[in-house]
Amino acid sequence: MSIVAMLDEARAARRQKTLIAFNAATLRLGGKTIIENLDLEVRPGEFLCIVGASGCGKTTALRLAAGLYRPTSGAVTFDGEPITEPRREVAIVFQDYGKALLPWRTAAGNISLALEASRVPARERGARIEALLRKVGLPGHADKYPSEMSGGMQQRLQIARCLAQEPTTLLMDEPFGALDAMTRQGLQDEVLSLTHASQTTVIFVTHDLDEAIYLGDRVVGLLPHPGRIGIELDVDLPRPRDQLATREHPEFLRLRRQLFDFIKATEH
Amino acid sequence: MSLDRARPLLLPLALTLAFELWARLTHLQSDSLAPPSAILAALAAALADLSIPIATRDTLFAAFAGLAIGSAIGLSLGIAFGISRPLDRLMEVTVEAIRPIPSIALLPIALIALGFGYRMEIVIVAFACVWPMLILTRSAVRSIEPRLMEMSRALRLSAPQRIAKIVIPAALPRIFVAFRLSAGIALIVAVTVEIAINPIGLGAGIMLAQQALRADLMLAYLLWIGVIGYALNILLIAAQRRLFGRAALAGDNP
Repeated sequence: MSIVAMLDEARAARRQKTLIAFNAATLRLGGKTIIENLDLEVRPGEFLCIVGASGCGKTTALRLAAGLYRPTSGAVTFDGEPITEPRREVAIVFQDYGKALLPWRTAAGNISLALEASRVPARERGARIEALLRKVGLPGHADKYPSEMSGGMQQRLQIARCLAQEPTTLLMDEPFGALDAMTRQGLQDEVLSLTHASQTTVIFVTHDLDEAIYLGDRVVGLLPHPGRIGIELDVDLPRPRDQLATREHPEFLRLRRQLFDFIKATEH
Repeated sequence: MSLDRARPLLLPLALTLAFELWARLTHLQSDSLAPPSAILAALAAALADLSIPIATRDTLFAAFAGLAIGSAIGLSLGIAFGISRPLDRLMEVTVEAIRPIPSIALLPIALIALGFGYRMEIVIVAFACVWPMLILTRSAVRSIEPRLMEMSRALRLSAPQRIAKIVIPAALPRIFVAFRLSAGIALIVAVTVEIAINPIGLGAGIMLAQQALRADLMLAYLLWIGVIGYALNILLIAAQRRLFGRAALAGDNP
């Protein structure tokens, strides 16, 4: 076998192991370069966390992966295909759950919206909505309106609506940023067990470094103006993670120090 | 009725009473004024001989038909212009050139084209109702939370689904306010057309009473039109509360 053929094979194998790829992706909006030459590969089943100072383009990177933006140059691909519009197998969880839910629909109605979009027949919706509500810990809240639910419950509802799409990939944009510490920890563990059970690929944007290390298989730190990769850390912490044991693990503390130093350096 | 609710009625009642007294003491002889008691008597008589009920039916039929047609056109255009900036820009000059034309100025053309009767009146009322509906619907659609539109894209809702499931429900409370406004305009324009030229309805009734020098009957018609306008508004406000209690609440909190 020639070297060229071997290299081709190796490249093909690597491509197979990549679900979402940013290839020199650049995005300019209104004359400003938000993201420049971003190279990033996300493997299927991986939990990738993106951190960075505000304005570093982490949310923008997520929108590129969601197909809500298209790169000005370079490419963002899903399974080898360029992402030109939102895909059914990719769901996005927004930070501002209050604005992303329909206030005139009940919890069941909000989940139903995703099923209606996928043209699920009406008679099948009820059972699936019930199962989804149970999955995110909201059984018995089907008839409540978002305004009658707490922030944590509303975010659970948004996650349930995303799961209704039966996504293989979940994009999460600072989903727990607005929640109190206890609710946040509970939801972190639930997202971990939900995505682990279904082998879902996750890109998780956060400004909370501890959260990134706690959740991720890998953490990528972006540098601002324009956004590009500044640091990449593999997180070799045992799973399942535990709110106390994991956070006291020496490796956790080492990564945390490394990430804090990186963020501190970018702020100057 | 509690005292609190009766209080706003005190002033009008006192003024009516004072006018009645003044009219009786001065033995009022006028072609434009009549004592309240005479107006009420004329109203009762016109209600009894069915002349007012029939005129009311004619006016409301023309007003509601025009309202329905005009609102439907204004609503569709408002949604389209609200969603599509390029379309809005393309139509801006056309809309702004046609909109300032007073609807009543169309009367001569409508009369030639359609003759006397309902059709001509309905067309003029519809023209008047298009604009508030168009302008307010457009701004309601534009002010929909951008996150909702983004979410609907991420969920891959089709364009018709997006309009039916996101745009219209989100804009509906403000669209209904526009509808209330249009309903008021519809009644005003219908009566105006009847006063100006169309020999049907309440407006024509006023003109007939005036030509017969029946000040009491003329004022009775006026009073009755006021009652109808008031009742219409109360009805629509009640409907708004019933229909959009929750949505109106949500729509007002950005």
